[in-house]
Amino acid sequence: MISENLPIIIVLLPFFAALLTPIIAFFQRVAARWYASAMVTTAFALSIWQLSKVTETGTIRYNFGGWEIPYGIEFVVDTLNGSIIVLVCFMGMLSMYFGMHFVKGLSRLKSGGFYTVLALLITGLMGMSSTGDLFNLYVFLEITSLSGYTLIALGGDSGVISAFRYLMIGTIGASFYLIGVAFIYAQTGSLNMSDVSELVSSGEATGSVLVASVCFIVAFGIKMALFPLHGWQPAAYSNSHPATTALIAGVMGKIPAYAMVRFFYFVFIGQRASLETLMTIVGVMGAAGMIYGSIIAIRQKNIRKMLAYSSIAQMGYIAVGIAIGNYYGLLGSVMHIIGHSLTKGGLFFAMGGVMYKYGTSSLNSMGQLYRKMPKTVVTIVIGALSMVGIPPTTGFFSKWYLALGACQSGQYWYVAVLVVSSLLNAIYFFRLLEKIFMDKEMTNANRMWDHRGELPWLMMIPIILCGLGIILTGLFNTEIVGILGIAVQGVV
Amino acid sequence: MTVLNSFLAEKGIYMLTAILFFLGMYGMVTCKNYMKKLICMNIMQVAVIFFFLCFGQKDGGTIPVSLGDLMAADDYINPLPHALMLTAIVVSLGTTGVGLALLMRMKDKYGSMEEDDIVKKEDDL
Repeated sequence: MISENLPIIIVLLPFFAALLTPIIAFFQRVAARWYASAMVTTAFALSIWQLSKVTETGTIRYNFGGWEIPYGIEFVVDTLNGSIIVLVCFMGMLSMYFGMHFVKGLSRLKSGGFYTVLALLITGLMGMSSTGDLFNLYVFLEITSLSGYTLIALGGDSGVISAFRYLMIGTIGASFYLIGVAFIYAQTGSLNMSDVSELVSSGEATGSVLVASVCFIVAFGIKMALFPLHGWQPAAYSNSHPATTALIAGVMGKIPAYAMVRFFYFVFIGQRASLETLMTIVGVMGAAGMIYGSIIAIRQKNIRKMLAYSSIAQMGYIAVGIAIGNYYGLLGSVMHIIGHSLTKGGLFFAMGGVMYKYGTSSLNSMGQLYRKMPKTVVTIVIGALSMVGIPPTTGFFSKWYLALGACQSGQYWYVAVLVVSSLLNAIYFFRLLEKIFMDKEMTNANRMWDHRGELPWLMMIPIILCGLGIILTGLFNTEIVGILGIAVQGVV
Repeated sequence: MTVLNSFLAEKGIYMLTAILFFLGMYGMVTCKNYMKKLICMNIMQVAVIFFFLCFGQKDGGTIPVSLGDLMAADDYINPLPHALMLTAIVVSLGTTGVGLALLMRMKDKYGSMEEDDIVKKEDDL
């Protein structure tokens, strides 16, 4: 029974966690935290099983309530979103563990509420990645956004203002997505992705597809913070609750990028020729963001803000991969979604650890950090190397595939931008490493957490696992590409 | 008269919803008060709902309940856009709720909902 209903069970586990956590927290706070974490951990195990099943037997289609497609809602899991779901579960699980010590000692309402919202965010992200229905995607997008606003607002008073601004801009994005769906639905009369894909490729509704594509680029561009639409992002990332920044920056920004891949290469594949200009525009936006984000990141004094601006640059890489649109370009894009989630997630986990221990994330207070927090610094170093793109970390391989794709389609200027942006990355990440290793120790560093050892072990696990993950996804990149390639091969 | 009617039904109503949509967005950009921004956001969401309802409408259709002698699909209005918009209304309710909760936090902290005041106090901190 579990094996047949796998796609929905994986999404429902964190959803039930979200429903029951506040009730359990009313009686037992610690049990509620472990209950939510256990549910997401189970979902992670099941998602790995699902991915292995998809790799062996092909795409899983799950119809809700036995309604025939295209009338009902369905979940479609192929190797592309199967891998993304594993990634979401993994990062969600680590965030759950990581948050344990942040909510210790808070009231029942606060600690239970924190885990409820976190579980809801994971539910929304997984639903967005598994759904095969246009409107269903909108609902999950809003679940993701609403819980995202709440988690950003938990980060204190400036967090509230950033959350409100993000709410304004995010709602504009969601409205544009809804208008795009309206155009598609009015012309094709269907909301099912594979059905729309067939109807569109028969040459119907060329104009509507174009209008809807523009709306989708605006909508997902806002949600993934693509360059000119990124205004909400730096404040939101740097002011959000330190325990959740890894999930918000690492995964919440990537799933809209995955949705963009899904739309332009699976749903609108029959109209590729008429979307060529739009793809160039996405590429230019991405390339501009790669340079802009890196340059602004250089002048930041706060590390979390620096990482936030660097995320704008990294979203540019993904957008460029989508714009190139051949086999290697798409692979590079998806590899970068996975690799950058682990890298940024690891860096934000490490910064969350530093903030938990010393209560600061200013660049100047990092002096001699490697003596005080050696294991955390190892992850920071691995993450920095991956951001710059040094083998064998995952950053090198995704950039390599992007460059291969750009060369194959003859768009050499993307390669030039890629190299320049990587060099700029090197400037600000090596500055961070210089502060950590060379700068003299801050004398007034006040310890918030006064125990022996580096950090609580529940916080060490996510930091170390992310550091390992960056290396392992780099070393086993051929296997990952082999799995992703099954889905990507079919559309390019 | 019929020309005017058909113009209004085919193009006019869509133009009006487009105007409403961008009016809401303009208000979100220009209003200095956060409460007004939230109201403008609702106007924008209502415009999207109107858009769905407009193309779901048709002449001579009746409610989507089987009426015995009416068998053709042309005789019924497609209920799906309306069902979708019920969901969208719930979502916009949720968004407004979160927005209002954030505004209450802001009012508690800064004692004002004017953007200028809040930005000034934010710089002072």
